Amino acid sequence: MSAFEEETLGKAYDRQLIRRLLPFIRPYLPRVLLAVLALLAASILQLLGPKLTQVGIDQYIQNNDLPGLKIIIFYYMLVLFGLFISRFAQMYLMEWIGQHIMFDLRRAVFGHLQHLPLSFFNRNPVGRLMTRVTTDVEALNEMFTSGLVAFFGDILTLSGIIFILFYMHWQLALVTISVIPLLFIVSLLFKQKVRNAFRQIRTRIARINAFLQENISGMAVVQLFNREKKNFDRFEKLNRDHLDAFIRTIFYFAVFYPTVSFIGAFATALIIFYGGLKIMAGTLTFGGLVAFIQYAFMFFRPISDLSEKYNIMQSAMASSERIFKLLDEKTEMDVIRPRIRIQGRVRGEIEFRNVWFAYNDEDWVLKDISFQIAPGEKIAIVGATGSGKTTLINLLAGFYPVQKGEIRLDGHNIRDYSLFDLRRQMAIVLQDVFLFAGSIAENIRLGNEAIDDERLRRAAADVNALPFIERLPEGFDTPVKERGASLSVGQRQLLAFARALAFDPAILILDEATSNVDTETEILIQQALERLMRNRTSIIIAHRLSTIQNVDRIIVLHKGEIREIGTHAELLSLNGIYHRLYQLQFARQEREKKLAG
Amino acid sequence: MSDNGRTDTMSKLDQLRSLIPYLARYKKRFLIGGLFVFMTNAVGLIQPLLIRAAVDSLAGSVEFRILVAYALGILGVAALEGVFLFLMRQTLIVTSRYIEYDLRNDFFAHLQKMSLRFFLKYSTGELMARATNDLNAVRSLVGPGIMYSINTLILFIGTLIVMLSLNPHLTAFAMLPLPIMVIMVASLMKRIHDTFKNAQEEYGRMTTHAQENISGIRVVKAYVQEEMEKRRFEQFNLRYIAHNLRLAKIRGTLWSAMGFLTGVGAMIVLWIGGTLVVQNDLSLGELTAFFSLMARLTWPMVALGWVINLTQQGIASMGRLNEILNTPPDIADGPQTDFSISRIEGEIEFRNVSFAYNGRPVLKNISFTIPKGKTVAIVGHVGSGKSTLLNMIPRLLEPTAGEILIDGRPIQQIPLHVLRRHIGYVPQETFLFSDTLKENILFGADGAALEDMIEAAQISQLYQEIQRFPDQFDTLLGERGINLSGGQKQRAAISRAIVRKPAILLLDDALSSVDTYTEEAILKRLREVMKSRTSVIVSHRISTIRDADQILVLEHGEIIESGTHEQLLALDGVYADLYRKQIIEEELEEL
Repeated sequence: MSAFEEETLGKAYDRQLIRRLLPFIRPYLPRVLLAVLALLAASILQLLGPKLTQVGIDQYIQNNDLPGLKIIIFYYMLVLFGLFISRFAQMYLMEWIGQHIMFDLRRAVFGHLQHLPLSFFNRNPVGRLMTRVTTDVEALNEMFTSGLVAFFGDILTLSGIIFILFYMHWQLALVTISVIPLLFIVSLLFKQKVRNAFRQIRTRIARINAFLQENISGMAVVQLFNREKKNFDRFEKLNRDHLDAFIRTIFYFAVFYPTVSFIGAFATALIIFYGGLKIMAGTLTFGGLVAFIQYAFMFFRPISDLSEKYNIMQSAMASSERIFKLLDEKTEMDVIRPRIRIQGRVRGEIEFRNVWFAYNDEDWVLKDISFQIAPGEKIAIVGATGSGKTTLINLLAGFYPVQKGEIRLDGHNIRDYSLFDLRRQMAIVLQDVFLFAGSIAENIRLGNEAIDDERLRRAAADVNALPFIERLPEGFDTPVKERGASLSVGQRQLLAFARALAFDPAILILDEATSNVDTETEILIQQALERLMRNRTSIIIAHRLSTIQNVDRIIVLHKGEIREIGTHAELLSLNGIYHRLYQLQFARQEREKKLAG
Repeated sequence: MSDNGRTDTMSKLDQLRSLIPYLARYKKRFLIGGLFVFMTNAVGLIQPLLIRAAVDSLAGSVEFRILVAYALGILGVAALEGVFLFLMRQTLIVTSRYIEYDLRNDFFAHLQKMSLRFFLKYSTGELMARATNDLNAVRSLVGPGIMYSINTLILFIGTLIVMLSLNPHLTAFAMLPLPIMVIMVASLMKRIHDTFKNAQEEYGRMTTHAQENISGIRVVKAYVQEEMEKRRFEQFNLRYIAHNLRLAKIRGTLWSAMGFLTGVGAMIVLWIGGTLVVQNDLSLGELTAFFSLMARLTWPMVALGWVINLTQQGIASMGRLNEILNTPPDIADGPQTDFSISRIEGEIEFRNVSFAYNGRPVLKNISFTIPKGKTVAIVGHVGSGKSTLLNMIPRLLEPTAGEILIDGRPIQQIPLHVLRRHIGYVPQETFLFSDTLKENILFGADGAALEDMIEAAQISQLYQEIQRFPDQFDTLLGERGINLSGGQKQRAAISRAIVRKPAILLLDDALSSVDTYTEEAILKRLREVMKSRTSVIVSHRISTIRDADQILVLEHGEIIESGTHEQLLALDGVYADLYRKQIIEEELEEL
């Protein structure tokens, strides 16, 4: 919910932002035009009502011509139908356009997020990014559907009324619009006052929400230290400040609306006074005066509406500024310029050449890492927490660019390949198996149409996942709920293996789960892994005894450096870091295995 | 949410009823506000009558003097209407902000009473959404919602009366479309509510999908699923706007139909009224007045559609707020509380304590006693239940079975604030507030002197570093201030706990970010101050706990070993294994 943290105090109108919004509006221009036409029709029809009334009174009622009046009534009916249709069309069209623009914006933001580098996600908490996709887009929606449309409508109505007033009686029209400068001054004063008040409200509500969020997160501490009363008092104070600021804006609105109404009445008084004189002079009819008064009434509502749109525009601009800032973030593709296409399957020869890496500045997590892996070779990486194991596979998958040195795949720097090509050659199984809401089958297939039911089944069978999947109520079609909370750790691991096997990549990258599983599952996982590693280069962050015993070579990482490389037996005999790591991480498993077996 | 059965069974009316106490508090203001609404409309109705009189007078011989009088009259009435309009907003809208203020305070106060269990169920984001979006929707209901409802009602009744007094016959005709309006509104209201709810739910699904995607972005990238994910999101996106468009269709129909039907009323007036004028049963001025009266009704009628929308949303949101406000605090002082207890000594006993969360056992049958002034250490793997156990001593959580005794009394007998006042707790995840360092250290120690604060900072080995900060103890922490390192934060949290001079000190892995050298120094000073106090220490480091009077080893929620360091080593079990590993780790650290 970090939307509250970054309070942008936007302007109600920002030309640069509007220009960036334009491409999103462009595809719907024909419909916008249609909506404007409907709006125009509605406005004209709306103005026709009083006109018909006038004609009805002047030409028919006063002349006792009832059949003539019926014709007018018939026209009136037509106008009402037309109004009904055009109003509906205009409202629905604008909503349609607004919703589609939102759809496009949301798609653009979400799509852009997919291609941002991991470092971006490390910097930005999930909550903040969610706000971009949801709340910020919604704020723009309000501008498109209620703000912008009504704005057009109001402008059109206003121009229409002014036109009719002048057409009817230009002197009287001049008298009526003589109050406009007055309105202008009042609106300007109001806008100035309200802008500051709204700004104050926004900062104060941001403070309330920040305090609230902090207190919810730290509620245990508040309670443990008996701070309820004190913190409540503080909250109340912030709440009170917010209330006071709001009461101020209510005051401005409470003054503004009646003032506009009063100016309207002033215009009416002028019309009656001046119109009366004109009737005396015989240049104006009664009906003309009545219609004139009706039009004058219509004139003032849009003016108060326009001021209310101000706040909507202001927050919409603030939101679009945040959205475009996100859209301006450089994607992974912007950084990497692929020069070589990968055709088919790579051999899987991997080389790290003097690789250095730091997440920030000179805080090196990996220092001068160099090693080679032959195609089809199986490598385990072991090391204490914080030794740089995860970073190493993150670099290989191209999640982060290396700062110094290079990583080569089949003899080329991985930066020469596109990320799409690179990652398609790999199956990356992470420690925390991530399952999406969808069926078991969808979770294995991950949208790859090439994996048919046959291949899906075979993959599941090969990694020992088939028996438990078939025991599920709907087999492969069983929905995965709450990220697979109903599945055991072992089952989730097997599913991830099935996913990897179904994709059949040249390279397997695996970060083994640390959690303990029962012996039976352990054996299933071990068999599955052996089948999974067959015929592909495998790099595994090992947490299981069986894994380190089954690989070709073990790389020992310690404090960001490679300290030992060799087979299990070779490394043990060195009596160095590996020996100690072995005692820390694997010796217990060995003992348990002996006890079990 | 797993159990919102209570609120599901609450009807819409019940949700509204829960607002009554808030409205009742401002009874007078609402009454006065209602009066102002009445006056505004009453005065507003004079205007068309005046205009009628003016127009009628123009039909006869027009005098300049009379014209001026009418013009001034209209102006005067408008000024009066303006004043009442101002007062109406100042009372009703301001009152709605007061109610918002009250609701927000109550919401916060209620959260303060809730236990850890509640906060495990409701995420911060969820609670924030209720405190912002839902509160806003309720505010719109009690503010503009109520104001426009009263306004429309009074305006409608007033207009009806004036129309009736002018010509009952014509009024009846003018009101012909009314029954159709009522039927239409009634039938569309439920559809608006349902479609709105569906749209909100679809929105929730879309949001959840986006959240899942962002949290799992590494997997998405690892499997080159970006395009697939975009397609999946598009489906949600599409379904959401489909719901919204359905809603737009209903709203559009409602609003244009309201305008249409009001127009039909005016049309009937023109027709019938015109006939009446021709038959000399109605004056031209009266007909004109009828028109301006009808014109005054148009907007409130259209606004009615909008008010209905507001009300439906407000009710839904009040339901969501009630879900929180109606959850009774599960840990609070009760009938068994003995308020004569004002201090505690520090003897702790667990008797067959078990704890389960969501049906999953976390602690099983835990029993142990800590005599006053002794130190007990707890070790165990991640997830073995250490923190849960510690959280039960200050009653952040309550056992699902068994009981805890403090000084030989059931813990529930001790007033909650007394219990917590005598406990110094350093939680596993350090939480400091974005305030000054001083405020943070003195957070729970009312009446502590500055010397106490300095002493606490010295004991936790933070004092010297504070001396180097530009503003020393007045240094601001958090986003607007400086960011302390993990170790500094932990030491600030230790200061905060010991400045209370607690009878019981609880350290939950409180030295994990502190280097071994500093840890040694802190422990040495702590031992002096804690001589007569009870301590429970959770730690992964053997060096922190080896000197404890008793060590408990927890695994899968059970105590599997207990004794002193030497006894446990002799046992050669889990603790001994842990100890050996730590020695290896220390060796590794040096390689």
